[in-house]
This record gives sequence, C-alpha cells and structure tokens, in this order.
Amino acid sequence: MSDLPEKSLFRVVGTRPIRPDGVDKVTGKAAFGADIHLPGMVIGKILRSPHPHARIVSIDTRKARALPGVKALVTADDFPDLPDVDFEAGEGAATLRDIAHNVMARGKVLYDGHAVAAVAAISPWICDEALALIEVKYEVLPHVIEVEAAMAADAPILNENQVTQGLGAKPDTPSNIAKRTVLNRGDLEAGFAEADMIVEGRYRTQPVHQGYIEPHACAASMSADGQGEVWSSSQGQFVIRALCAKLMGAEMADIKVTPAEIGGGFGGKTTVYLEPVALALSKQCGAPVKMTMTRDEVFRATGPTSGGVIEVKLGAKKDGTLVAAQVELKYQAGAFPGSPVGAACMTALACYDIPNFLITGWDVITNTPKVAAYRAPGAPAAAFGVESAMDELAERLGIDPIVLREKNGVRDGVKASYGPTFKDIGFQETLAAAKAHPHYSAPLAPGVGRGVAAGFWFNIGGESTAAVHITEDGSAVVVSGNPDIGGSRASMAMMAAEVLGLAVEKVRPIVGDTASIGYSMLTGGSRTTFATGMAVTQAAEKVVAELKVRAARTWDVAEDNVAWRDGEAICLDPAKDNKPLSLAALAGHTGKTGGPISAEVSLNAQGAGPGFGVHICDVEVDGETGNVTVLRYTAVQDVGRAIHPAYVEGQLQGGAVQGIGWALNEEYVFGDDGRMQNSGFLDYRMPVASDLPMIDTVLVEVPNPRHPFGAKGVGEVPIVPPLAAVANAVRAATGIRMMELPISPPKMRAALDAVAQAAE
Amino acid sequence: MADLNYVAPTTAEAAVKALLAGGGMARVLAGGTDLLVQMRSGRLTPETIVDVKAVAGAQGIRQEAGGFVIGAATSGAVIGEHAALSMAWPGLVEATNLIGSTQVQGRASLAGNLCNASPAADSVPAMIAARAICVVVGPNGTREVAVEAICVGPGKTSLAAGEFILEFRLPARPARSGDAYLRSIPRTEMDIAVVGCGVNLTLDTDGTCAEAHVALGAVAPTALLVEAAGAALVGRKLDQEALDRLDAAARAACRPIDDKRGTVEYRTRIAGVLARRAVAIAWQRAGA
Repeated sequence: MSDLPEKSLFRVVGTRPIRPDGVDKVTGKAAFGADIHLPGMVIGKILRSPHPHARIVSIDTRKARALPGVKALVTADDFPDLPDVDFEAGEGAATLRDIAHNVMARGKVLYDGHAVAAVAAISPWICDEALALIEVKYEVLPHVIEVEAAMAADAPILNENQVTQGLGAKPDTPSNIAKRTVLNRGDLEAGFAEADMIVEGRYRTQPVHQGYIEPHACAASMSADGQGEVWSSSQGQFVIRALCAKLMGAEMADIKVTPAEIGGGFGGKTTVYLEPVALALSKQCGAPVKMTMTRDEVFRATGPTSGGVIEVKLGAKKDGTLVAAQVELKYQAGAFPGSPVGAACMTALACYDIPNFLITGWDVITNTPKVAAYRAPGAPAAAFGVESAMDELAERLGIDPIVLREKNGVRDGVKASYGPTFKDIGFQETLAAAKAHPHYSAPLAPGVGRGVAAGFWFNIGGESTAAVHITEDGSAVVVSGNPDIGGSRASMAMMAAEVLGLAVEKVRPIVGDTASIGYSMLTGGSRTTFATGMAVTQAAEKVVAELKVRAARTWDVAEDNVAWRDGEAICLDPAKDNKPLSLAALAGHTGKTGGPISAEVSLNAQGAGPGFGVHICDVEVDGETGNVTVLRYTAVQDVGRAIHPAYVEGQLQGGAVQGIGWALNEEYVFGDDGRMQNSGFLDYRMPVASDLPMIDTVLVEVPNPRHPFGAKGVGEVPIVPPLAAVANAVRAATGIRMMELPISPPKMRAALDAVAQAAE
Repeated sequence: MADLNYVAPTTAEAAVKALLAGGGMARVLAGGTDLLVQMRSGRLTPETIVDVKAVAGAQGIRQEAGGFVIGAATSGAVIGEHAALSMAWPGLVEATNLIGSTQVQGRASLAGNLCNASPAADSVPAMIAARAICVVVGPNGTREVAVEAICVGPGKTSLAAGEFILEFRLPARPARSGDAYLRSIPRTEMDIAVVGCGVNLTLDTDGTCAEAHVALGAVAPTALLVEAAGAALVGRKLDQEALDRLDAAARAACRPIDDKRGTVEYRTRIAGVLARRAVAIAWQRAGA
C-alpha cells in the first residue's frame, strides 16, 4: 500500500551529517534563555510561598516599593482574573484560570514555592532585599501531599469549588479528586472467570522532575502602547505568545515571542511561569525585565510529573493468552487539575490485545507543584505497573517474557485499547528484533538479572507551518516555528535538501519568531519531525515546482517537459538540446523569470504513526549496600524511518537514561512540613554518566506511509519501558519484585533484609 | 547590598589580624567550594573574606621527619598528583579526590572540607584514621590539634576567633601500613556520602594487625574515631571473627539521623559494611 520511495533512493535522508546548531552549542556561543541582554534591562525576581497550603491574608508591599533601586512590584492584583475555560497546549491540559493562578497565587498558596509577588530592580541584590521587605500574612492551612491521602474523605480541601467530574451524577461536596476517567471493553468478570492465572499488584511512584539542565529564563519588554516582546527558552514560541496575551489581557498580534536556544525541555517547557510576570513588571516600569530561575525554584515551582499509585490485575490462559485486565491509576496533579492520568489510561494496555478490560484513572490535586508534561506524560508509571505484572505473569506461566508479549501484542487491524484501529505499526517487529538481539541471549554472570519491558506512545501530528526560501546564490533557508530540542533543525534541513536535490550543507534551518513564520503547535508529542517535517517537505516541493516553471520559461518549453533531478532542471523535450539548469543558475536569474522563489506551507498533519519500544536491561545488586548497577542496556524501537539515525539513537538513549533515573534514585522528598527537601541536583539524584553503560540501540524501521519519508515520532516512547525493565531485572537478580520506585539503595537493602528475615 | 571586604594576606599574622578585625562576620576562604555556594544560597552573609591561599605555608606538600606536611589550602588536584603522598597514603588521597567534581578538585582543600564541618565530608574520616594533626594559627600563636577535635557539630568548629588551620601533619609511616576510604552513595560520583569510612592500619611481621584506626563519617553530628572498631582488629588476622567484631563495633558507634539521604537503620548497617570493605583494602595495601 505504501508508495514511499525505497530507502536506497535517498541521498540525504538516513545519513548522519553534523547538526547545523552543533558548533555554537559546543563552543558556548549559542544564546540560551539567560543569555539575553537588552539595553536598560532590569532584573526580576519572585517571592515564593514557604507554606504548602495557606490563605493569603494580606500582602504589604510598601516597604519594598520604597527601597531605592526597586522599579516595579506585582502581585496577582496586577493580572486579570481569568475564566475557568480549558486551554489546549499540545501536551497537558489546564484552564486559563489555573495557569494564571499558578503563575501568581490569588487568595491562596497551594504549594511550597508558589509565587506570591515579584519585583524588578536594578540589581539581583536589591531584588533580594526587596523580596525580604514584602510582608505577607498567611493563615496556614493543613496540607496534603500523597495521592491517596488527598482522595480521602477527611482530606484538607484545596479548592472548595471543585467537585469530581466523570462520576455520572454531579456530587454536592467538594473533593480533591478533579476527575475520574474510565475506559472499558467486554465483560470483565467473565474475562477473569476464564483465566487460568491471575496476577495482581499495587505499584507506587513518586513525582519526578524533567531535570533539564537550563533553568527557566526569559526577558520581556512592554511598550507604553501595549506592544510586548518576549525572548525565552521554551518548547513553543506560539504557546508562550498565546498564554502571555491571555494572562496580560492583550491581543496575540501585539506580543512577539522570539525563541531562545533551549537547554532541554522534555515537556516541562510547554507552559509559562516567568514570561507574563516579566511582561507585567516591564509594563509597570517601562524597562525590559530579565528573569532567571535558580535550580531550587525550578524544582519547587515547575515541572514535575505525577507520582501515583497503579493497581494492576491481569488474567491469562495457561498458554499466556490475556483474557482480562483491570488497571486503576491514581495520579497527583499537583496544585491544579491536569495530571497526565488520561494519557496513562489510554496507554496502559495499548501494547496488548485484551478482550475484556477496565481502566480507571483518578486526577487528584495535592499541595505540590502543578505537574507539567514530561516525555510520554503519564505512560511510564502506568507501564511500570502493567509491565511488572506482565513479567510476573510470564514467570508464573513459565513463558519467555518476550514470547508472552508477542502472543498478546497488538498488530495491524487490532482495535487499540484507547479506540482507533492500529495501522502500519511495528510492535511485533520490535519484539522480534529484541528477541533476536545478542543481548537477549547473552549468558548471565552469577548475581546478574535480566529484565525486559515494552512501551507505547501515540505520537501526534497537528498544525505546523514551514517556509523554504531560495537565496540568490542557490542555497536555501528553511524556516519553521518549532524550537529545536532534539535535533529537529538537522532533520528539517535534510528533508528539504532531499527534495531540492541540494547538499544538506547548502540548507540553513532557522527557528523563526512568532512574527516571522505562521503558527505551529509546540515541539512536543513527538510531532515535529512528522508534522513540521511534512510542512517543510511540501514547501520544498512547491519550490521545486516553481523551479521547473522557471526552467520551462527559460527554455521556452512546456512545464511537463521539465524534470527535477539531483538539484537540476532537465529538459525532456526531444526537440531541444538544452543543458541542465542548476538550482544556482535558476536562482541567479529570478529577476528575469518571475521574481523570488520561496514557498510557505501551513498544514494540519494527520496520520502520525504510534511508536513501540522494547528494552532489555541487565542489573547487578550489591546485597550489602542495596546499590543497583545497570550493567547492560539495549533499547529497541520502531522509529518509522530514521531521518537522522544518530539523533534518533540519541533520543532512545536519552529516554532510557531518564527512565533509569526514575527507576533507581529520582524522587521528590517532602518533609512533614510539606516542603520539598531535595530541591537541588546534589540530593535530587539524576544519573551521572559514570552510573551507566553505553545504551545500545536498535532502530526497527516500519515506515509510516502518511509521512513523505516514512517518519514516526521517536522521542517519547523510550522513557516508557525502563521503569519496569529495571524493576524486572532486579526481580531476576534478587527474586524480589520491587513495587515502589525509586529502587534506592536504602529501599533495596530493606527489601533484601525483609526476605532474609522471613527465611530465618 | 551589604559591603563585602576581601583580603588576601601573605603572612599568618596578617591573616589572624584580618580575621579578628572582621569579628564574627569574617570567614576564611581557601578553595571557596563550600563558602561561595553558601553565600550564593543566602545561608551565609559574611562581611569579610580572608583568602588564605597566599599565606606562606598554606599551599604545597613537603616531606618532613619521615611524614608529610600538607598546606591547608592545597587543592585536591595537587594532592592527587603527588606521587609520594599517594604511595604512602592512598586512602587519604582517594578520599580527598572524591570531593565534588573534577572542576571542584581544582580548588577544594582539606582545611575547607574539615572546617565546613559537614558530618559527611569525605576527607575527614580518612584524615582522622591517618591520625593527622592540624597546625592551628591564632592570636595566641600556634597550637597542634587532632583532626577529630576540630568539628563539634554540624557547621560548628572548635576554632576560636582569629584562628585558622595553616597545615596538616601526617605521621611517619611504619613498614607494612595501609589505609583506605570508602563511601556509600546511590550514584557513582558527584554525590555526598550517606556513610563514609576511613581505615588506617599497620601489620606485624607475622601478618597480624599491630595498630588500627577506624573513623566513620555521616553517622553522627561529627566524623567519629571509633576506637572499639580499631581495637577489634589489633592482634588478629583478617578472619571472619575479626570482621564480625569490627562490623559490630562500627555499628555500635553510629548515632545517625533519618533524612533525605538515608535512614538510621540503613546508615548503621552500611557503617559495618564499609568498615569491613575498607579494612580489606587497607590490609591488602599493608601486606603488599
């Protein structure tokens, strides 16, 4: 069915050129959010709540305003109070009211670190002094951190106006449960009645942060006529523009957002924290305002993703055929609704074809920072539960874990647990590649355990705009509206070069500001190479069509007598003896053939291909210290077709490493006072390079026929399997199924001791 | 913003004078790898900084009377590159080189690691086990103090106003001696000890232990010299009974806290584990 060209016909796609943004990044020249410096600029800082839950009785700003050097001071009173209407931003949902209240607390503070006021001053030290002079009177309220405690009937209520949605009848009492989501199919009871083997487990994870190296940073300037400019590091200049306009009560056309280079996002830079505050401060004082967060602020007030409880029950026949599944997911949303539990419900069983299932999700608000999207939002924790249960089932049935997954794994034509019917998917091919990989059959040293786990992510398409401009010397500029967080500039340039027949070095990819290119959804959902890549390809094809027109004019032949091959117009008219016209030759004479050659394409890309990954992990456990060491790790994934294989491999490696960190040591630690205790990289323990082996990767290529080069999204799938892959390997090494993450040394040692004691 | 005075005296006398002049608001700067971080986070707001790196004797390593004298502000990188010191005291050098990262090693010093008075400082148990002596300079001249007597609690030292550590003295090394330092961290580097253990021992010609010193970090408000743990080894070979007694003595000395880095139970158990493992390394070094 696919009319995609054979891979061997590509000159550029599938090769590994040096990334166009690479030199500036390794030499330190690239300008990130904090590198912006504007004439007359002042510094802005935020006063944050020390309480996890309190009513704001009063804010006295007089002393702070009177401090010499202070230029502006804002609180929630300086922003419009917005309606409770949904705002869609690609990955992660929230209402405008909640986004505004998260940016600046109104009435109540809902977590330690919640912003209550901001100042702008001529130096950061004066800012600090001014913040200390702001007198906030709080009425401290009881707080709740853990998800099940927040669901309890006697829990402190964060929002008196919130009642649970999705229960059928509207409840008449307020609850921290924002929403219940249910997905089901078949007859659950009958399904379990058919089962020869049932496994059940209750799994827990803690909130974890995206952990991007670059803290949030921006500069903003608001003119007296209401026009604003923002420079910031984000995953989408257009979503920053939209939210700044909404939160400032401005027209979107009056706000111009220029994307800075981005030092990691992973979903966490898809919303605003600082930008509207900087604009409001600038509006008040007239000067541009720059704001940068400290790491402590990043941990306490941005990100993370949900911690939660995942209950899984699977029923299977003796031969391994799954007949029933029940999954219950309780996710912490943080201070405002919008945990990724909906996506968790949709992904939880997406790898498998199960006739009877019930999936229930609970979105629960807690006195913790409002969660933000994090790479495959919701899926990793759900997969931790389901893939641990699959491992348990394989072990009890005596079936190889990959074979069990092959037996139940989805394939083309299967109706997905979340609705649509799968098409052009590569899960079975990925499982087969994992089974065939030398890692899977390598002998295990004593004490070493091997685990496998699978993972799924939807990948999306959506709205994108791209432009291709031919320069007078025959090189090309490609402009898109998507910040480059994963090597997208390289793949955009490569796809354009492939169509134009140019060397990739002759194509310069640019990420445009909001006034220079049409709208694009943010970089997220693994959409950019697919959707924006489609726009780039179509724009390049329009340019080629125009180049053919120009050649036809030059030669005075019919347009269909011109072909475009390897960057040259070829005359097909047998009556004429014209030498080919190169792109450079055509570009040099546009003044005589009809003017500049460029094309812009805006589209809404449909038909993104879902992605599947299978990871294999070997670990060794130090029986005395409880330290878990990952000895070998292989990530296998269907990537559609890899445009730039090195950057696709990098995505697989990066996702695996983040997942391993989640499995082993990363977690938010809250004290009894509800404050985060480890808001720095010393005690929020992300893996360091020496903790890990080289992550091996296998790119399985089952092309997506709905993309011009067969691409599927690749960035999110690889964080889904590692949590269970590591836990399953620990199980194999020790005989202990670790059902709570992280599997930190104290927890592992306690589990080993408990087993030893039970044996005595 | 408050004014900040910075002085970099070249003599110990001038440094003492500057510290006294600064009153309670003066701080010693050696590498600054703790001080600057604490100032930036707002935890410390000193008015005077006395940089002691230029003070005569504060940097460098020399051999003296069969032992070593290490300038208190000598960086970890310099210590790590000193061949003779690394040969005689590999455990102490390894402990020093565990502080921070490669970049931090270019600045971090033994005196800073000690006077920051964190119970988890890596070089401190190793120095205590080595029976290192601090040469303290102050308004009343010079005094010599055992390393374990410097810290009195988290963030607190016994140094009087105007005093600072100029150098460390390591005793002469008898034949058949070895030392080792191990720490427990959840990762492999760039981390802070959940438990640390320094061991220094000397063997008799018959292979029994003649002398042993065991020190633990991060299991009490200050690093501890655990005499009972050393005593568990003296007169013995490296057998299971000796190791069991060592393990028990190490655990018995622990007075840790529950915190984000580890539980009381975990820290106590790991103290015994690390003591056994560090002794095994030191023993092997002594016998080599």
